[in-house]
Amino acid sequence: MKFNINLKNTLLILFAVFALSACSTGKKANNIDGDVYTGTDTVEYLAAGVPDRVFFATNKSSLTTKARETLRKQATYLRKNKNLNVTIEGHADERGTREYNLALGERRANAAKDYLMTYGISGKRINVISYGKERPVNTASSALAWSQNRRSVTVKAN
Amino acid sequence: MKNIILIFIISLFNFKISYALIEVDITRGNLDPLPIAVSPLHVDIKSEQIKDLKVKKLGDEISRIIERNFRSTGLFNPLKKEAFVQKPDIAHLKPRFEDWRLIKAQALVTGKLFVSNGKLKVEFRLWDLTASKEMTALAFTTTPKNWRRVAHIISDKIYERLTGEAGYFDTRIIYVAETGPKNLRVKRLAIMDQDGANTKYLTLGNELVLTPRFNPTNQLVTYLSYFRNLPRVYLLDIETGMQEVVGNFPGMTFAPRFSPDGKKIIMSFAKDGNSDIFTMDLETRVVERITEHSSIDTSPSFSPDGKYICFNSDRSGLQQIYVMKSDGTGVKRITFGSGIYGTPVWSPRGDLIAFTKVRKGRFYIGVMRPDGTGERLLTENFYQEAPSWSPNGRVLVFYRETKSGPKGEGFSAKLWSIDITGYNERKMGTETDASDPSWSSLLSK
Repeated sequence: MKFNINLKNTLLILFAVFALSACSTGKKANNIDGDVYTGTDTVEYLAAGVPDRVFFATNKSSLTTKARETLRKQATYLRKNKNLNVTIEGHADERGTREYNLALGERRANAAKDYLMTYGISGKRINVISYGKERPVNTASSALAWSQNRRSVTVKAN
Repeated sequence: MKNIILIFIISLFNFKISYALIEVDITRGNLDPLPIAVSPLHVDIKSEQIKDLKVKKLGDEISRIIERNFRSTGLFNPLKKEAFVQKPDIAHLKPRFEDWRLIKAQALVTGKLFVSNGKLKVEFRLWDLTASKEMTALAFTTTPKNWRRVAHIISDKIYERLTGEAGYFDTRIIYVAETGPKNLRVKRLAIMDQDGANTKYLTLGNELVLTPRFNPTNQLVTYLSYFRNLPRVYLLDIETGMQEVVGNFPGMTFAPRFSPDGKKIIMSFAKDGNSDIFTMDLETRVVERITEHSSIDTSPSFSPDGKYICFNSDRSGLQQIYVMKSDGTGVKRITFGSGIYGTPVWSPRGDLIAFTKVRKGRFYIGVMRPDGTGERLLTENFYQEAPSWSPNGRVLVFYRETKSGPKGEGFSAKLWSIDITGYNERKMGTETDASDPSWSSLLSK
């Protein structure tokens, strides 16, 4: 009986270890969560602590928690710099058809724009352009590159 | 009973093809291409000299282009000239059929040309060697610098006579020529003859250009340009070089295509994160909204009768193909297979829609009936998309990109063609990397 309980515990522990290790490799390897890029490798900064870009899942334009956090920093920065206008460039990875990717890039850029507007930034200060899959930041054909290319980038326009 | 049916079928067969014994079936993959001998055209020794043109060689050159066209179809097997048994001029008058049959030829093309008064006069004959008969003959006159087109027109006439369907050799392909590194490609509009000759670059590469498409009725092209960093649909007259913006909406216009009568452009207009489909009448400039949906609606393409439009939408969650009436009513999803579907293009024959399918990370070019049944995947690869139809609806041209390494090395984009039978996949020769092909109608109808 005692042996059984011990075995059960060992198995539980083993299971937990497996689950954790699976989880951590999924998250840490290449900084990809699900298929959204979470690292900082390609990121540039509008100002200290204000990342210029957010990343998206395949075929999606919804903003992740991290993306919203980045955009709130951008909104704060834009509120402080009232004369600054920006262009938000929407991009897609190379794994979709060209025309759909143009539309998808436009939708991603607008998702970022809409979020900035809910934080009080006037839509007049934000121009939007989609490049579809035409301007990859990472030119490799790999899951990491594609996750870094699915992005919207806020660029100073003046 | 069996005999009666057999006789009935044979008589139908005879009725259909009249006296000719040879014919080429293009509805199936052809594993036994028709052996054909294309004799060099005889050049009349009294021909004038023309500047920048070797008139003496024209007969050889024209026959070589015809051979190359035939070989590219996969339906014909042009025989080696070394084995030819008669001189071009004599064969053209009256071939010795039994001698040509000895080299296993079933059809023979002969011809002659004459340059006088600044004009090129060409005649050709197609001979059925099995029936020992002339099948077709034609003569025409043109300016000498059109000599390549002469070869393509002869190819079309013979293809038509032997297959019963219009050819596609006297045509051009407009595409995007690509140079430079993958993250900063320079893209220019380029145009070439269907066989890769006469490449011309139509834009300089200062701005990004994408998705050129031919007007089916004339030499206009519509495409997407990022001129002044404003992605808009443009119109280009390839004869005059005149360009104008047609989609000057307050947002991005893209994915343009002509209506079958060439009078309208159908395209997507993206604003505030939503892409819908619109048409613009090129004469009246009247704009009509065709779809109104919060999803992405793009890649529209008219049926050849103009009554329907197929398009790409993610209204069900992921990219699928839909068909609607040309006024935007009666929207019906037609793709339900596993994977996602994009770039629907209606065949000029009306019987099929070509598409790109993505499934488990692989890209397919396929065709299906306009109601979504009868899906056939023709080719699978790492990345390929954007099929465009040959004017006879028998061949698709598309582009294919290779997988690149960690630094983007090894990347290339090329044009490929494939028969809708799924046979005869071929890389098309282009001077640079190439994408977004669009096949013209026949230049001479």
